Amino acid sequence: MQNRINLIALKSILHKEVHRFMRIWVQTLVPPAITISLYFIIFGSLIGSRIGQMGGFDYMTFIVPGLIMMSVITNSYSNVASSFFSAKWQRNVEEMLVAPVPNWVIVAGYVGGGMARGMLVGLIVTIIAMFFTDIQIHNIWVILITVSLTAAVFSLGGLINAVFAGSFDDISIIPTFVLTPLTYLGGVFYSLSLLPEFWQGVSKLNPIVYMVSAFRYGFLGYQDVSLTTSFIVIGIFIVSLYAIAMTLISKGIGLRS
Amino acid sequence: MQPALEITGLEKIYKGGFKALKGIDLQVNQGDFFALLGPNGAGKSTTIGVITSLVNKTAGNVKVFGHSIDNELEAAKSHIGLVPQEFNFNQFESLTRILVNQAGYYGVPRDLAHERAEKYLKQLDLWEKRDDAARMLSGGMKRRLMIARALMHQPKMLILDEPTAGVDIELRRSMWEFLTQINEQGITIILTTHYLEEAEMLCRHIAIIDSGEIVQNTSMKALLATLDIETFVLDIGQKPDSLSLAVTHRLLDEHTLEVEVSKSESLNGVFAQLSEQGVEVKSMRNKSNRLEELFVRLVNNNDGAK
Repeated sequence: MQNRINLIALKSILHKEVHRFMRIWVQTLVPPAITISLYFIIFGSLIGSRIGQMGGFDYMTFIVPGLIMMSVITNSYSNVASSFFSAKWQRNVEEMLVAPVPNWVIVAGYVGGGMARGMLVGLIVTIIAMFFTDIQIHNIWVILITVSLTAAVFSLGGLINAVFAGSFDDISIIPTFVLTPLTYLGGVFYSLSLLPEFWQGVSKLNPIVYMVSAFRYGFLGYQDVSLTTSFIVIGIFIVSLYAIAMTLISKGIGLRS
Repeated sequence: MQPALEITGLEKIYKGGFKALKGIDLQVNQGDFFALLGPNGAGKSTTIGVITSLVNKTAGNVKVFGHSIDNELEAAKSHIGLVPQEFNFNQFESLTRILVNQAGYYGVPRDLAHERAEKYLKQLDLWEKRDDAARMLSGGMKRRLMIARALMHQPKMLILDEPTAGVDIELRRSMWEFLTQINEQGITIILTTHYLEEAEMLCRHIAIIDSGEIVQNTSMKALLATLDIETFVLDIGQKPDSLSLAVTHRLLDEHTLEVEVSKSESLNGVFAQLSEQGVEVKSMRNKSNRLEELFVRLVNNNDGAK
């Protein structure tokens, strides 16, 4: 009985979250499509044609998986951060807090919503990429598993950010000062093998390197770090961030007085 | 019969050391229409916050229909419908979506939730606005939307924190009628309000909370019976040159006289004395609501006792 109630509650949160980003699609789906198209035109067609090969592939083909992953990361994170913070700000998060919804359902509902937006944007970007290059698929399962797990990691990150945020400024600080630099330095635009050994080591402290590497492997069969290591790192992040998110929601940090 | 709500020794100390609740005990019986009154900052909303798990308690026990919020929180929550003081819905969502999603959080399937949404939106005169964003509603409509939302999972107990604040009198009366109807259907209602007339008219039991303590907890009838003096305001034709009455009185202006009459005295006697002195009484009204007089007295006594 309780399982059925939890399932309906989870579907309600998911429904609400998906409806939210679909209702404001001009703000949520169009901008990443435009941004990524510009990346394809500038870095792929204009500059990329002068770069030549990267990792044995032409530059445009090489950066496509990274750019898809970049849009998945940004959108899954910002979806949960802005939606959950907005629910806190308008106090409609109380609708869930007064209801018999277990905390894991709240976390799963918001993370599911963030994953849905991240992956939908990823799909849109993939379709746009098909206008610029031929998309190769080396292993579809690696692609699907990596994109799902990465979207989950950053949805959890967005949720934690929203719990601590006290203003709308607070939900843009992490994407601007942490996510963007880590993504740019995460092997989206270059192969780690181009870096000196020391900087290759430093780069491996960046979790996005593992996600981009696994995702690129799914498309091209090319990887900067082994697939096993990538999945272990992503798994550790999911478990850790989920534990943090659950603790915060259970204690009512920023939610209950 | 098991009480709808049982609170024992409830304490709440906020960060910074402010003691909002100082060990309150309270019981609300099933089917009751219960008023929880108190001045601003007395602890009413904190009490409601603890019952509905929006505020973490410091000490004490709360049971809702026998379910403790400490170890059966989800069962306890499923019996409560909350109409909070502040608007707390997504202003950009449509009314129907707000109601259907809320029902979903309580495990109500979507088809059934749509049926209930239609029922309550119609009952509360919001059906025409069902597809509008909530921010487009007037203040009174927003209050009614929150009542509809609180009823979507058909709770056994409805808690309303100042539901008629800022609502015009006509609308307030229609809300009273609606609340009376649902109480008659067996739903226990706990109401906080600053309109004491509202509490007197609707509620059968009352608790007055002041500075985190319950200073009165009794039936409305018993409380009103303790009021031994009533103040009347008389509109008089003309001011007498001199006036002598056996009861305490004051001339407020040339045409307004205020008299205090105790239960042992008769209004006939006051009228007779006025008539003898040639004072014509054109109309008469209570100076204030009876409950209001008691409320002020109880709160003042509590303040004096500190």
